[in-house]
Amino acid sequence: MNKAVKAKIALEDGKIFSGVSFGADGERCGEVVFNTSMSGYQEVLTDPSYKGQIVTMTYPLIGNYGVNSDDVESNKLHLEGFVVRECSRITSNWRSQKSLSQYLKENNIIGIEGVDTRALARHIRLKGAMKAVISTQCRDDKTLVEKARNSQGLVGKDLVKHVSCQQPYYWSKKGSRKIVVIDCGVKLNILRKLAEMDCRVLVVPAGFGAEDILKENPDGILLSNGPGDPQAVPYIVVEVKKLLGKVPIFGICFGHQMLALALGGKTYKLRFGHHGGNQPVKDLKTTRVAITVQNHGFCVDIDSLSKKDIEITHLNLNDNTLEGIRHKVKPIFSLQFHPEAGPGPHDAEYLFGEFINLIENFKKVKT
Amino acid sequence: MPKRTDIKKILIIGSGPIIISQACEFDYSGTQACKALREEGFSVILINSNPATIMTDPEIADATYIEPITPDVVEKIIEKERPDALLPTLGGQTGLNIAMQLVERGTLDKYNVKMIGANYETIKKAEDRKDFKEAMLKIGLDLPRSGLAFNIDEARAVLKDIGLPVIIRPSFTLGGTGGGIAKTKREFENLINTGLKNSMISEILIEESIIGWKEYELELMRDKKDNVVIVCSIENFDPMGVHTGDSITVAPAQTLTDKEYQKMRDASLAIIREIGVETGGSNIQFAVNPKTGRMVVIEMNPRVSRSSALASKATGFPIAKFAAKLAVGLTLDEIRNDITKETPASFEPMIDYCVVKIPRFTFEKFPEAKDILGISMKSVGETMAIGRTFKEALQKGLRGLEIGHTGLDNKLDYSKISDAKIKLRLREPNASRIFYIKYALQKGYPASKIVELTGIDPWFIDNIMQIVELEGKIKNEKLKIKSGKDEGRDLLKRAKQYGFSDKQLAELVDSDEISIRNLRKENGIVATFKLVDTCAAEFEAYTPYYYSTYEVEDEVRVSQKKKIMILGGGPNRIGQGIEFDYCCCHASFALKAAGWETIMVNSNPETVSTDYDTSDKLYFEPLTLEDVMNIIDKEKPDGVIVQFGGQTPLNLAKKLQDLGAPIIGTSVESIERAENRDEFAGVIRKLAINQPPNGSANSKEEAIAIAKTIGYPVLVRPSYVLGGRAMRIVYDDRALNEFMKEAKDVSSEHPVLIDKFLEDAIEVDVDAISDGEKTIIGGIMEHVEEAGVHSGDSACVLPPHTLGDDIIDKIREYTFVLAKELEVKGLMNIQFAIKGDIVYVLEVNPRASRTVPFVSKATGVALAKIAACVMAGKTLDELGFTQEKIIEHVAVKESVLPFSRFSGVDIILGPEMKSTGEVMGIDTSFGRAFYKSQLAAGQGLPKEGTIFISIKGDDKRNIIFVAKKLRDLGFKIIATKGTYKALRSNNISAEVVGKISEGDIKILDLIKAGEIKLIINTPSGKRGQSDMKPIRSMAVMHGIPCITTMQGAQAVVNGMESAVKKDFEVKAIQEYLK
Repeated sequence: MNKAVKAKIALEDGKIFSGVSFGADGERCGEVVFNTSMSGYQEVLTDPSYKGQIVTMTYPLIGNYGVNSDDVESNKLHLEGFVVRECSRITSNWRSQKSLSQYLKENNIIGIEGVDTRALARHIRLKGAMKAVISTQCRDDKTLVEKARNSQGLVGKDLVKHVSCQQPYYWSKKGSRKIVVIDCGVKLNILRKLAEMDCRVLVVPAGFGAEDILKENPDGILLSNGPGDPQAVPYIVVEVKKLLGKVPIFGICFGHQMLALALGGKTYKLRFGHHGGNQPVKDLKTTRVAITVQNHGFCVDIDSLSKKDIEITHLNLNDNTLEGIRHKVKPIFSLQFHPEAGPGPHDAEYLFGEFINLIENFKKVKT
Repeated sequence: MPKRTDIKKILIIGSGPIIISQACEFDYSGTQACKALREEGFSVILINSNPATIMTDPEIADATYIEPITPDVVEKIIEKERPDALLPTLGGQTGLNIAMQLVERGTLDKYNVKMIGANYETIKKAEDRKDFKEAMLKIGLDLPRSGLAFNIDEARAVLKDIGLPVIIRPSFTLGGTGGGIAKTKREFENLINTGLKNSMISEILIEESIIGWKEYELELMRDKKDNVVIVCSIENFDPMGVHTGDSITVAPAQTLTDKEYQKMRDASLAIIREIGVETGGSNIQFAVNPKTGRMVVIEMNPRVSRSSALASKATGFPIAKFAAKLAVGLTLDEIRNDITKETPASFEPMIDYCVVKIPRFTFEKFPEAKDILGISMKSVGETMAIGRTFKEALQKGLRGLEIGHTGLDNKLDYSKISDAKIKLRLREPNASRIFYIKYALQKGYPASKIVELTGIDPWFIDNIMQIVELEGKIKNEKLKIKSGKDEGRDLLKRAKQYGFSDKQLAELVDSDEISIRNLRKENGIVATFKLVDTCAAEFEAYTPYYYSTYEVEDEVRVSQKKKIMILGGGPNRIGQGIEFDYCCCHASFALKAAGWETIMVNSNPETVSTDYDTSDKLYFEPLTLEDVMNIIDKEKPDGVIVQFGGQTPLNLAKKLQDLGAPIIGTSVESIERAENRDEFAGVIRKLAINQPPNGSANSKEEAIAIAKTIGYPVLVRPSYVLGGRAMRIVYDDRALNEFMKEAKDVSSEHPVLIDKFLEDAIEVDVDAISDGEKTIIGGIMEHVEEAGVHSGDSACVLPPHTLGDDIIDKIREYTFVLAKELEVKGLMNIQFAIKGDIVYVLEVNPRASRTVPFVSKATGVALAKIAACVMAGKTLDELGFTQEKIIEHVAVKESVLPFSRFSGVDIILGPEMKSTGEVMGIDTSFGRAFYKSQLAAGQGLPKEGTIFISIKGDDKRNIIFVAKKLRDLGFKIIATKGTYKALRSNNISAEVVGKISEGDIKILDLIKAGEIKLIINTPSGKRGQSDMKPIRSMAVMHGIPCITTMQGAQAVVNGMESAVKKDFEVKAIQEYLK
């Protein structure tokens, strides 16, 4: 404890939270958000959607069960910084391979512990998600706040290009259906679920041309999750537009937002977003509620969608924001939440089945 | 989905008296349910035999039956009230079992009563071992390998398959009664025998031992539309092998990855659906192999439980309240989250703190029983603590336990404990294992060794190690800490964040509690309070439910209103339980109604007082000077009430006042005057009242001298204790010497009190309220057992059934002058003994007593509410309480004893309280009320059959009348030689049996065979008990009523006579009080 390196997180509104470093040394800018999941920190760390963000875990005891090589949602850590109340100094789990602290250091991610994370979360709830700097370099508060203010933030910034794959690749080559996944920062659990459902999965980089995709002759297309502002990636939306109605499309999270944009809708930034595994979503068809996993700072404006073409299928019961849509004619549906979970409850997994049904029905209509 | 319109009237079955494994949590859940159903417009009929509950307050249900909870009685109520539905899932195992019996005997069909929440098939599937196992296998879940047996031969066959060690679990029992772990063939045979007897259906499960595996629990809720949410996950600190009620438990789960947690969640959803719990809460237990991750299902409770109460308090999600609403057809998304107001209940709470629950044991009350823990529950209460880290919550919990620890402290000097002892205490689960983990670490045991010996997860052990390391550092840097500067200040702050109490720190740095407190405050290290909000700060929370921690931000919203703080009673224990929580709740209700802001402080998760709905503000905190003062510093209340929470807050009164807390009601000085023997003797002399000759001693020599002056037998006890802790009647110098040794340990700051013991006196309890000018009596209760049996253990009758008017007038007169002299403002309780025509005062307690709820229920006068208003400044005239209420009916309070939990313990009653709970019998005559009270206490009196009588010499004269009555009523009598002689010489026919000590065990065989229906056995003095002990033990094991006092026997005969003559009727409390 004596060798503790002090670390700070400075917010653009001048608020400073102090703690002790337990990850890599350095200084990074990002938007500070909080995640309320009580388990699943490794999945959070490896979720590409956190690119550009500094994540605060509201559950105070993190790192207890260590990290392992299986519970990853991508092959690297994408976030800008990790803030916790207390990082466990030992790990306890039969699958644990290393400590959280070591994991962050190896992946060059800054981690701060000893922070009053509840105060930080409340601050964000009241003031909104905001730009911040996380630093282990003993700098004065003023400099840090200044730096936070001058950082770019998420709005209008294309973060997808940093997390999307560079080349198309097959995740799984076996299966009776072929799905093309447009990778805007896809979580591996989406790919795992598709493979489980008897799909060949071809992953292509974001911005891959529509013609090239159609040339692959897919049975379905999945628009993946991803980081940041959907309005910052018109080059993807343009291609999505060309795909509408041609092949069944399923959008998840960022993918849902891009679909909405392609369908003429608008997106806006939420005050502090939804980041956690306990969001109640009502399926308006069955009227049942699923406890869903969510991770988004932007949202589709319900009123911006043409009610003539588009049906609202899911709503968030906490704040009545849009959670899912379906095109009334074309084989398209999308969800703001994460049916693939990882981390979080599996309540919404059934929606992958709906994607398969959509594909099968489309096949029947075509033949 | 809108609520059901086909039902209007709903019957709820309560859980009855507080017993080990069924405590206040069912008052909490029942009260919530009644309130929730009435809020939705339903009419509620309630049966509960326990008068000390909030749920049996007349305003909670439409008709409240304080009657014995048996199928016969419930049928009578159904016949009378004709409810449309029965909600069986809120009254613990008792409620569930009775509901099952009502279905089986066709009562529900006969009266067309629907079961809501869970139906017969569901309950059976969840509770019946075989059905449950089949259901689990059907949905592909893993279970420990096991087999069922209905007799010893089948059991042996199963054992052959599985191999030792095995766990034996009887079906349909409470808290695992009669179950156990068998490591040897012999243990196996014994456990099979008791298990078969304890099971309601003579069925036992023999299971692969998964002792040492990690244990988890999930609390779920399901609604009609099949929406399911997990309210809370709980990880047991103690691994499999210790009953979850006896384990330290932690919420949420700490050492599961999300993958494993979700697997458990998926399994839970599949289980609740397969078992078919239609609506409501359930608890599912899992075990996980720490080496392989193999997860097996242990069991499911298709009802609210102790764990669900804990989960509700731990998360702010009121499971019972919502369960009631779901039962009448609402769905989770239609119910609002009370705390956030704007979001629905169809979500899973996210917490941003760590919760630790620690069980409270009372092995000191049963010295013959070992404090070893197993799968049969032994704890009598629990405390819950909330902190930002496990370390903080653990230490808060340990001091909240109120067993003399200031945290994870150094009560024993580790260097003086042998390795053998350390190893034994680690290996064998026991009540103080947590401290031995610390001692082992201090001795230098590596964490891995402790993990190996205890099976406790390394993560927990490491956290304890961190506490030990910091403690070492604090000791090494005493001076720095005391300087309060720089490094010292940081260290102090860290210590507070690790949950160290001021007192604990004082011990480490050779200072005192107040100095540390001041040092801390001077350096700005003060407690910050955070909200329990169900959502980890994601939404605004409106319910002021707080816990303390040492962080940056404080969230308390201090109002400008006039406010009163009520200090609760902490964890339940024998001597201090639900009765005091009842009083605290009533104080809060009354003061709230009178316009005060009320602030509740308590650490007991089972209670109604810690429901965030009860008071305007709730602080879930240990009841220590430090923790209470932290809240007072913050809230600056206008008054602090210490009278209602039992001895816990009373013991803090003086110290709180010294630090400036505004204690209201009877002054601290008056409390001192009543409790200090010498001062009190002065009061008695001044008022010319009689008191048994007495004295107080500070040494062995003084004690012997006093005893000599006043003459044996004497009643001895330490001062300032509740529940007669270590109180004893001694007959000679040797016994007195022995006692002095023990008593000094109990309470070293205070002397030992010695009273002349009045043999064969009648004891009387009085509860009264005084406003300083006027005193009104709430109730005068005559004890059934003679003086010398602790008032908490004896049955009592209101109004007195054998005392003359002149005696009662004398009692009133003494009550008035004592109240005046002691300047009582609020409640007072006086114990009298009547011997001959002389009324002696035994003790005066200027505070709420254990009998306040009983008196309130019997008379309809809410004593605690009136007293609270008096303490806040009202006069009795202003409150309209100007006359003692005289009732036409008779109410009998009977106590319920936990002997069946502690094998080897004799069941003799004495001056040390041993009961865990109470019931009330109410009717128009003493006989019938007494009969009901016995039935309610699980000691149902027979209407026919054989009665065994064996009494001491002194009682021979009195037994004649009793035995004659029994013969007249048609009972057969078996007696021991001496008793037999006495009966025969009075022409009462009886059979004789020989003494066990002489090798005649016929009587034991008769008891075993169920031939004996009642035992009357009065033990003589100290000797002659050995022969009867096995008989009494056998009686307890077989649930045969055993009467150990002559007065009790007389009352019993009175009761049996009334029952044989005419079956009793049921009547709602609201009707009595009309």
